[in-house]
Amino acid sequence: MLKIEDLWVEVQGRDILKGINLRIGTGEIHCLFGKNGSGKTTLLMTLMGFSGYRVKHGHIIFKGEDITHLPINERARLGLGLSFQRPPTLRGVQLKNLLALYSKEIDVGRRLALTYNFEDFLERQVNLGFSGGEIKKSELLQLLAQSPDLLLLDEPESGVDVENLDVICQMIRKLLQKDLPAKRRKSGLIITHTGLILNYVNADRGHVMLNGQIYCHGNPLDIFERIKNYGYEECAKCRLFEQGLKI
Amino acid sequence: MNYSENHYDKKNLSDEELLKTFSPASEAEGRKDTGEFEEEELERLKQTGIDLTNPNRTGTFVQTNHSVQRCDCGSSGIELLPITEAFKKYNGLKDYWWRLISAEKDSFTREADRELDNGYFIRALPGEKVIYPLQTCLYIRDENLAQRVHNIVIAEEGSELNIITGCSTHPHLRSGLHIGISEFYVKKGAKLTFTMIHSWGENVYVRPRTGIRVEEDGVFISNYISLKGVKSVQTLPTATLAGPNALARFNSVIVAPEGSDIDIGAKVILEAPGSRSEIISRTISSGGRVVARGHLVGLAPDIKAHLECQGLILAEHGVIRAIPELEAHVADVDMSHEAAVGRIAQEEIEYLMARGLDEEEATSTIVRGFLDIKINGLPSELNEELQEVVEECHKGM
Repeated sequence: MLKIEDLWVEVQGRDILKGINLRIGTGEIHCLFGKNGSGKTTLLMTLMGFSGYRVKHGHIIFKGEDITHLPINERARLGLGLSFQRPPTLRGVQLKNLLALYSKEIDVGRRLALTYNFEDFLERQVNLGFSGGEIKKSELLQLLAQSPDLLLLDEPESGVDVENLDVICQMIRKLLQKDLPAKRRKSGLIITHTGLILNYVNADRGHVMLNGQIYCHGNPLDIFERIKNYGYEECAKCRLFEQGLKI
Repeated sequence: MNYSENHYDKKNLSDEELLKTFSPASEAEGRKDTGEFEEEELERLKQTGIDLTNPNRTGTFVQTNHSVQRCDCGSSGIELLPITEAFKKYNGLKDYWWRLISAEKDSFTREADRELDNGYFIRALPGEKVIYPLQTCLYIRDENLAQRVHNIVIAEEGSELNIITGCSTHPHLRSGLHIGISEFYVKKGAKLTFTMIHSWGENVYVRPRTGIRVEEDGVFISNYISLKGVKSVQTLPTATLAGPNALARFNSVIVAPEGSDIDIGAKVILEAPGSRSEIISRTISSGGRVVARGHLVGLAPDIKAHLECQGLILAEHGVIRAIPELEAHVADVDMSHEAAVGRIAQEEIEYLMARGLDEEEATSTIVRGFLDIKINGLPSELNEELQEVVEECHKGM
């Protein structure tokens, strides 16, 4: 579904991503771990095509098409979908209006709100005075209306209280067709710090990003456990060791 | 202080020049200022909320140039009269005539005081609550006229009244001057909603002078909408909240196309404890110049007042000046303001594009939201017009 080849990205004149290689197959869910500032969000923003993220080198191939220089909305139409960590406020724009724009389904907003039990939310102005949890819910509702094939989630569980965590994870499971294991066509790339999401979504692979490079690939639970116990420094050492270099 | 101000001043006429340029509406006598409206005129009126065939209207007042064409009201609890008749009936309306605005305020008030082309008098009797709005229309049909009106609205104790006023000019008219004196009296526990929609010609000058007085527990809500090009509008309605817990709210939605010069705002004097006010304006310049003013004056304790001026510039030569003013004379007040002027943020457009909208769809979604300040009972024609304006705005980008 997604193939990233030797991707170098510059933000405000600084190299942030330095040669990323990554493959995500159809129906696979990948987790991205890494310290703050390691380049995880930059990777998602670059995949989506936002201005300010300049690809210096490399390619992004999505569903066999080179999308490296495609406009944002064309990537979205091809099936990429991103949940924002800090989305902008749209004054006067009601959430239900956006949902109606994103989906061909009539009354999609009502159906989704009923399913996840937040009808009063639909009348709210998008992101105006939203709490952390409300932002996540609103982002996921929008994605449900959009129904992307590759879901890019930036810390979906951060700032969410325990009560809301459950509903948010249900929404993510729905987006990723977790209840259709045999027929699943949706893939995901999820940034997580807390690892909480791993309890709800069985991720297929995990990657550790440090300083704009991916240092480690493997079983996400194993990786997360190692990070918890030894910290990210250990990943750096491990990588150097793998490369046969002196620590 | 700034280039644009001087630049515009050169193009605009002075007050005296304006008054000399246009001839009194009364001189249009003998021309087509009586008689039925043509189809295109009715359409124009509808865009300003005036529907002469709508049964869901409590009453209708229509004045063309200087003649009152319609003045009828289906409710016995509402008194609707041409102001000249009310003036006679109530012995010069001495408690209400020039009580909230000084006749000596400026050249325009003096002009309206000197000679009048009528206007309306509306009074809701005590306790009367009207469901359907009353519509009033001030219409200029002929070129180069100065229309001078004086309106008085009284919401007696405990009454509720909703007025839609459409001010416009003939679809093919280019030049004119409208001077409108309006005095609103909202008595104890009364509620008055006043929605004014302007749709003028490209070379029309508009000088409303408005005063409002709200007594204890009274509520005054003003909605102002102007989407079409107009040469120049200059107005600053001033409300005095004279009784405890009085409330005044001003909402305005203004679009200034190329060539328009709009200086508009509201001033609220919070004189009584517990009174509250909110002034919200959303302005778009698609090439014109807007000054969005707001002035809150807190004179009593326990008042709460908020001011919000938001401006979007959608064309290269557009100018928006937001001038929010807060003035507190006692310590125990809660007064705040928010003002922001600029282009649509790229971040907002990209946010919507990431969900599949193209740039144009994203922009119009944002502009529509920006202009939507939830005015109840807006006519559908106006909503359609709003959509059109949004589409137009982008073409200019």
